[in-house]
Amino acid sequence: MATPGQNGLINFQGITKVYDMGKEQVHALRGVDLTIQANEYISIMGPSGSGKSTLMNIIGCLDTPTRGRYEFEGELVSDVTDEQTFKMDDDQLAGIRNRKIGFVFQTFNLLARTTALRNVELPLVYAGVSRRDRLVRAQAALEMVGLEDRSTHRPSELSGGQRQRVAIARALVTHPSIILADEPTGNLDSTTGREIMSLFDDLQEQGNTIILVTHEPHVAEHAHRIIHILDGQIDRDEQVVKGKADFQ
Amino acid sequence: MIEVLRIAGAALWAHKFRALLTTLGIAIGIFTVGVVMAIIEGLNASFAEQISSMGSDVLYVDKRGWFQGRDAWVLSRQRRNIGLDAGEYILQRAQYVSHVSPRIYQGGRLKYKENSLERVAVLGAAADMAVIAGVELVDGRFLSKLDSQRKKAVVVIGAAIDENLFGGEDPLGKRLSINGRKFLVIGILEKQGQMMGRNLDNMIYIPAETLLKMFGRRWRNITIAVKASSPDLINEARDEVEGIMRRYRQIRPGQPNDFAINQQSALQELYDNATRMLWMVAIGIGSIALIVGGVGVMNIMLVTVTERTVEIGIRKSLGARRRTILWQFLVESMAVSALGVVVGFVMASGVAVFVQRYTTLAARVPPTWIALGIGVVVVVGLIFGLWPATKAARLDPIEALRYE
Ligand SMILES: Nc1ncnc2c1ncn2[C@@H]1O[C@H](COP(=O)(O)OP(=O)(O)O)[C@@H](O)[C@H]1O
Ligand SMILES: [Mg+2]
Repeated sequence: MATPGQNGLINFQGITKVYDMGKEQVHALRGVDLTIQANEYISIMGPSGSGKSTLMNIIGCLDTPTRGRYEFEGELVSDVTDEQTFKMDDDQLAGIRNRKIGFVFQTFNLLARTTALRNVELPLVYAGVSRRDRLVRAQAALEMVGLEDRSTHRPSELSGGQRQRVAIARALVTHPSIILADEPTGNLDSTTGREIMSLFDDLQEQGNTIILVTHEPHVAEHAHRIIHILDGQIDRDEQVVKGKADFQ
Repeated sequence: MIEVLRIAGAALWAHKFRALLTTLGIAIGIFTVGVVMAIIEGLNASFAEQISSMGSDVLYVDKRGWFQGRDAWVLSRQRRNIGLDAGEYILQRAQYVSHVSPRIYQGGRLKYKENSLERVAVLGAAADMAVIAGVELVDGRFLSKLDSQRKKAVVVIGAAIDENLFGGEDPLGKRLSINGRKFLVIGILEKQGQMMGRNLDNMIYIPAETLLKMFGRRWRNITIAVKASSPDLINEARDEVEGIMRRYRQIRPGQPNDFAINQQSALQELYDNATRMLWMVAIGIGSIALIVGGVGVMNIMLVTVTERTVEIGIRKSLGARRRTILWQFLVESMAVSALGVVVGFVMASGVAVFVQRYTTLAARVPPTWIALGIGVVVVVGLIFGLWPATKAARLDPIEALRYE
């Protein structure tokens, strides 16, 4: 393991993503350099189609870059140059997703016929945690998001905000190195969205590293650092003055 | 692994009816093979035992063969009857024969005081039949030479007659009536039980001469049971008896036999052929049904994988490895097949119970069936589940998550 200090939790060098659509090629990312430290609170903003989701997916090891070097906690995830190609295989990527990354999606992505507790427990199943420990930890994660009394409810029996809390609990349950949230408030009304954002604020204060994608400035300003993406490139990378977001 | 089973169970439960329909093919396959196995098991339990009890060292000389076409049977009916003296004729001349007895079968009605029994097997025989048929007595004695010579009205009764006709009384020395004629009970046979659906104890032996005198017309045909002096010498005995019978019947050289020498092994052969045919039909129908069922399972698994693309995406995004997903769907397709096996098993058992109740065949689904069932689950589930499961395992997580 390399030193996270210099290189950071996440290290992107010239990350490029090209979708080959047969005739034409879509350049979703055009050489992104990025370093993210532990316990950072980052918003990614940008117009639709600018490559935000692609960036998140590559950070989250759901996708791999066409070109560039990606290190996660000093571990090489992919390194593609003209001369050589290194990419972790599917199962290695799955292992990182399982142990190091917590995803929160715009559409929640919960298993429909499965209770909140079982949904939250799922990453631990794939981590090979014993059933007893799983239930204890899943229950604890539900408590953290304030849903301890909803553990036996199915997603259809929960409100949108509650579903997103279940999804956040699921992202937290493995104690990941980073939580990635792609438009987590996109499907929620503004009141519920605010509740979810204050939950993220709390989680960050407790030491979690959080990256969230949004196109709403008042959401983005919860973060301490806002990265603006435009046409597959970083347009602006700004630090937010502390306290400003709280009064929006 | 428990988790995988739980997921598969929940997935099946969500589509109970569909799963049941899908597995019908497999159920029919298992059912067919199961029923045939149950029947063969029943046959083995009774028939095979029965023919082996006939003794592999016994020849049955008869004017007709046991197994022949319809024409031959009609022809052989016109042959001269074999008479009682043929037995003595054979015994005196044969070197490889140790025991000879006539064997005449007839149905009879027995009566003792107020009790009566219908349709009892009345066998006309001689002293040697005790050895040939291997019967044991619990009391009294078997038929003797003197009984035959004097055409005595004496009877050796089976265990069921003792039980049902005499109801606790000691039958020895009592007189019962057979079709209205009085007979003295001289011996009681040991219990033999059921064979080929017939109660072997529901029978009596009387001297063949007495039977012919009292019930038979003079020209009545009989069978001669001949025991070889050793099982190894059965073929020698057969050749010898054939020669003696030709002389007895005065058949000129070059002329065909006008009698048959039947043997248990012929019956065994027929039985083996019949069960082999049954097996082949069952395996044929069974495997076609299994393939059809398997394709059904594959189809439903492909539908399931497509329907659950987003679920697969979610699981992958949470860190499920390829082989985890692969196993999840393999277990599910094996579970679908298992459902078919269970349904087929239940249906076949039902038929076996029915057969057992309403026929005399001791049909039952044998334990080997379970091993077969498990084998089918694994093979059908694996083979036909492999492609859909591989498809699921190879899904790209992002594309799967985006799937509408
Ligand atoms: N699987 C894909 N195949 C082809 N093009 C894609 C795919 N995913 C994304 N793109 C394209 O890449 C660009 C960036 O997409 P995305 O990262 O989803 O943008 P954002 O999240 O900022 O709206 C868009 O032009 C989009 O059409
Ligand atoms: Mg997006």
